[in-house]
Amino acid sequence: MAHKENKLTQNPLEKIWIPSLSSKLYQRRGSSVPQFTNSPTMIVMVGLPARGKTYISKKLTRYLNWIGVPTKVFNVGQYRRDVTQSYKSYKFFRPDNQEAMKIRKECAIAALQDVCVYFNQEQGHVAVFDATNTTTERRDVILTIASDNGYKVFFIESLCDDPEIIAENIKQVKLSSPDYEGYDAEDAVADFLKRIDCYSMTYVPLDDNDDRSLSYIKIFNVGSRYLVNRVQDHIQSRIVYYLMNIHVTPRSIYLTRHGESELNLVGRIGGDSGLSSRGNKFASALGGYMRSQCIRDLKVWTSHMKRTIQTAEALSVPYEQWKALNEIDAGVCEEMTYEEIQDRYPEEFALRDQNKYRYRYPKGESYEDLVQRLEPVIMELERQENVLVVCHQAVMRCLLAYFLDKSAAELPYLKCPLHTVLKLTPIAYGCKVECIFLNIEAVNTHRDKPVNVEVDRKPGEALHTVPDHI
Amino acid sequence: MTSHDCVIMDTAPRELTQNPLKKIWMPCRNGLPDTRISQRRVCMTNCPTLIVTVGLPARGKTYISKKLTRYLNWIGVPTKEFNVGQYRRECVKIYKSFEFFHPENEEGLKIRRQCALTALNDVRQYLRVDGGQVAVFDATNTTRERRGTITRFADQNGFKVFFVESVCEDPAVIAENIVQVKLGSPDYIDCNSEEAIDDFMKRIKCYENSYQPLDEVLDRDLSYIKIIDVGRRYLVNRVQDHIQSRIVYYLMNIHITPRAIYLCRHGESDLNVKGRIGGDSGLSSRGKEFAKCLGKFIQGQNITDLKVWTSQMKRTIQTAEAISVPYEQWKALNEIDAGVCEEMMYEEIQGHFPLEFALRDQDKYRYRYPKGESYEDLVQRLEPVIMELERQENILVICHQAVMRCLLAYFLDKSAEELPYLKCPLHTVLKLTPVAYGCKVESVCLNVEAVNTHRDKPENVDPSRMPEEALLTVPAHQ
Repeated sequence: MAHKENKLTQNPLEKIWIPSLSSKLYQRRGSSVPQFTNSPTMIVMVGLPARGKTYISKKLTRYLNWIGVPTKVFNVGQYRRDVTQSYKSYKFFRPDNQEAMKIRKECAIAALQDVCVYFNQEQGHVAVFDATNTTTERRDVILTIASDNGYKVFFIESLCDDPEIIAENIKQVKLSSPDYEGYDAEDAVADFLKRIDCYSMTYVPLDDNDDRSLSYIKIFNVGSRYLVNRVQDHIQSRIVYYLMNIHVTPRSIYLTRHGESELNLVGRIGGDSGLSSRGNKFASALGGYMRSQCIRDLKVWTSHMKRTIQTAEALSVPYEQWKALNEIDAGVCEEMTYEEIQDRYPEEFALRDQNKYRYRYPKGESYEDLVQRLEPVIMELERQENVLVVCHQAVMRCLLAYFLDKSAAELPYLKCPLHTVLKLTPIAYGCKVECIFLNIEAVNTHRDKPVNVEVDRKPGEALHTVPDHI
Repeated sequence: MTSHDCVIMDTAPRELTQNPLKKIWMPCRNGLPDTRISQRRVCMTNCPTLIVTVGLPARGKTYISKKLTRYLNWIGVPTKEFNVGQYRRECVKIYKSFEFFHPENEEGLKIRRQCALTALNDVRQYLRVDGGQVAVFDATNTTRERRGTITRFADQNGFKVFFVESVCEDPAVIAENIVQVKLGSPDYIDCNSEEAIDDFMKRIKCYENSYQPLDEVLDRDLSYIKIIDVGRRYLVNRVQDHIQSRIVYYLMNIHITPRAIYLCRHGESDLNVKGRIGGDSGLSSRGKEFAKCLGKFIQGQNITDLKVWTSQMKRTIQTAEAISVPYEQWKALNEIDAGVCEEMMYEEIQGHFPLEFALRDQDKYRYRYPKGESYEDLVQRLEPVIMELERQENILVICHQAVMRCLLAYFLDKSAEELPYLKCPLHTVLKLTPVAYGCKVESVCLNVEAVNTHRDKPENVDPSRMPEEALLTVPAHQ
């Protein structure tokens, strides 16, 4: 076989070695998911109303996007709302309402068409088809479309017979739905229960026998039991693992950075310095704040770096150190000021401003690398209940982006100032955020994206947004 | 943290000191480390866990037990398996026939029950006294009565219980199972294949009548995974904690489809030739020669659907380029980060950091380079790679010395002590083929000369040693 000597060049942004002749041989492993997923995947929700389908759809989509798998939700109820303008009552959903059935089927088809567009034209990898999909007939329509287009299909069925869970569900997300605007709470609940009944009559759950060749997971009673059938590939395996680790028990996650450090004071990045005196004051204040929260069974996590550990020490509670929570490795730029980076590595500095998410420091890491490193932390955070994470600026941005569904473009510019605690409480389909500044002064370490990101810019333009320091 | 007055507050935060071996910051009191905190990546569980297999003979219980034990030990969870059949063999020296297992054989039943209890006693010893975290109780455990005994035992001792049931009715799978692991069993040492198979099938029959699989309703409060038809389907009930969640994830990713895993290092690099560690240099001319030979070797193996993985370092990618097969780059496969020692020769490390050099020799697995990594960190980094390797079929991994040692230790069940000294020479491909309960290893040297990069543990590991004693085992280089 002819063998051409192919020189490798290192892509200046991500520091990835690629053959200089255009070779299709390599696949960059930018995320923790194999790049060789050729076929897009359709995730199809199945279940009666108020079984958590939309909750799961949104959460799963958020997770997949965060780990770098382009994913989008297609909620058929939303299509229906867009078409029919105003919801009158449960009667719309009666199986003998011919006109409504026609509209509902059209909405499903429209959504499926948009799924195809998403895959074929928008580089989507995963589409979550969020609807009841409670009949074999409807599921067959989906399977046919998928088969015609070469998409993989994975079903997620949520089964629940616990009336308390269903009632809580209705309270959390149905009462505030656009469908029930203007309804009084009791009437809304009554109507919704009748709506569920409309589906119950024709509901055919995935069957162990008839559907044995399909790929699916059945979730019983919010996760006390799962049935998993024919996982086909890596992404489905990751999805199953994720679904098996999430829960709906109320709890809060507290995110904060270490107290102000000695290096923070002098405007230097990275390193492993200790707390400044203001940083120590913050640590005490943090202890006071956490005690005032009166949290049952609080877990405290830190990185392996001195400044987070010193901060946790002041809480006088056991804490766990995670190497995965260490700050982003700035490689050759460790312990430099931005001024020094501009001086010694002006091109690197510009590249970083051009694409801060993918930019990898020479001999260091990128935000993209950080996300991969933090995935097990997120998985464990999902399993846990009340947790305080004491970490670092870039790390906190990544974690926050996960909880608040921020894009890769926004993530590196999220504001995570020192001496400020973010309290995240899951509600409805998202996360409530409370921002608590503990009233101890600290330097600002947030550098905005400058206007000029060209390599040939003047130092002044590059350093325009550098925050003040000693 | 439940009330304001339950904790005595220090007025100042405790001093921190950095443990010189692992570079972990720990609080110290009066100059001594105060170990109130946990350094493990995740506090796996406070109580030990008892994993209990369930299933008829030849359903892969021992295969699963051994594999799971190997995985858990590799990720740092002290685990041990207790195979009741082994206890039985020690008790009843010579196996006569399936009659031993007949449900009406009173003597047999008595011995088997005694063996189970002896094994449970050893489990208690392991988990409560010997520092074990997980015990895998490998037996059929096919009756509710037996499982009840085990659950009571666990409750009395404060162990969590997680059942792993394997259900399979596919005769082809069962037949293959018998051929792979039963024919070679000590029980059938004097039988020919036909006799052995015949006897074993009758043995399975002895269990069938009294088999009570885990039941969705009756056993709804138990924590378990039911594996159906070698992983086509799983039923998972009441996962209690992190370790059980990891176990479930692992079990759902393994398969038994025959395949081969090829492990090798990049071709000899320019820094290798100079005796320097780490860095991101390209291949030497001999390294390029190796890459070509590797390409020919791989072609000659005629592998269907081969996947090729490299790290993101130049030398592994250059090696893969020569094979002309698509490859994937994994950052997780990058060589161990030697921090401040990157691109140094061992002689320079001894010159600049003699204490570090000595600490590394004292505990090479846990030793972390300043601003770098340890083998222990590497294992954690490589865990997703192992998980994906389990999912894959035929695969070639082109990596680095320390990384290859970690991967090899996983496949060959090597301890943390042995791992950092496993021999992974340049220009040599290891072909691993899963067989029976383990892995067959074929070592293929592709006959291209290369420097030796393996440094054995020297005799004197004390920081006060002479430089020559430290450098005694450094391999020759330019």
